[in-house]
Amino acid sequence: MEIVRKAQAGTMQSSDLMVFLEPAPQLRVEIDSTVKKQFEHLIRRQVETVLERFSITNGFIRVSDRGALDYAIAARLETGLFRACADQGELS
Amino acid sequence: MENSFRLRRSLLYVPGNMPSMLQNIPIFASDAVMIDLEDAVPYSEKDAARTLVHSFLSTYQDRNKEIFVRINSLKTDWWQQDLQAILPALPDGVRLPEADSPEFVEHLDTVLTEFEEELGIEIGHFKILPSIETAEGVINCIKTARSSNRLIGLAFGAEDYTASLEIERTKTGEELFAARTRVVWACKSAGIQAIDTIFSDVSDMEALRHETALIKTLGFSGKSLVNPRQIEVVHEVFAPKQEEIDYALQVIEAIQKAREMGTGVISLNGKMVDAPVVKRAVKILKTAQAHGLIDMHLDEEVIYGHK
Repeated sequence: MEIVRKAQAGTMQSSDLMVFLEPAPQLRVEIDSTVKKQFEHLIRRQVETVLERFSITNGFIRVSDRGALDYAIAARLETGLFRACADQGELS
Repeated sequence: MENSFRLRRSLLYVPGNMPSMLQNIPIFASDAVMIDLEDAVPYSEKDAARTLVHSFLSTYQDRNKEIFVRINSLKTDWWQQDLQAILPALPDGVRLPEADSPEFVEHLDTVLTEFEEELGIEIGHFKILPSIETAEGVINCIKTARSSNRLIGLAFGAEDYTASLEIERTKTGEELFAARTRVVWACKSAGIQAIDTIFSDVSDMEALRHETALIKTLGFSGKSLVNPRQIEVVHEVFAPKQEEIDYALQVIEAIQKAREMGTGVISLNGKMVDAPVVKRAVKILKTAQAHGLIDMHLDEEVIYGHK
């Protein structure tokens, strides 16, 4: 899938996160979090796992996290990708 | 229809688009939760909520309570996508809003069968709990209660019901009496559970207690809840009192004695004990058992005597 438009997903509530996506020539992931010091590497790993699953190779993805667990990170990023990508078909 | 005796006193709504609530589901003390994709989720977030609920349920493997998902009404364009997203994560069932007539339940039943075949799971796995929440729904609920083998009960919804009648909902609930009674008739005659409506004022525990006592008296076996703080009050009201248990045990003893003497009726403390009294006593003892208040074996012979 390819990010072809700006999109966002998630909320600013605690245990949630917001994901902002926009088209970009390269893949770049920026992470901000209330628990950045302890968990940035884990959040990044979870984001990268989802991006790989959807074969995303470019785009600018910004995560603003409020202490979300892995399942929520995956879900919000998936929603963001569906909103930002041209291919609106089935989840693989 | 479902014959097994399962406690469903408290069915807690959890908003489907809120991770902070979803991930607390394992620790809520309610008998069931109903993850909401309908009214608690704004139109623009339906897609996000489906994905989030699926993602959560996939990680929640050791389930310690029944999980229902309230999908969007069959009158909307969303319910099929709801099912497609959440059924692979195997909830126990679906709460169906606006079940105004048996046809809605029958339609959902057919679709659930198709999903079960596709997922390769037992036909009938997904249960249905229809909401009776309009004047039309109340009128048709007698038939709706018999419209599918998947039904575990009917759930009365007073907020939408009063809106459909263009009246205000009061705290004392006089305006709901006839509808509640009809829902109970429908459920009891079909052998399923009657689940009462939510009580929305989370700060008024006394009024909640009063309403719960009222609906227990009418024949409801449980209640939909909007806040985990309400669980304890509802469980307290539904728990059999010690004196009820003691009396029920006396009734069982008395009827056994009666049968030894070759009769089906006997006097206990000056009151007649016969089959309907025994049935009520057995119901109380089964409920007490389910609450972990007593430990005894109740067989058919105790209830009905020798053939």
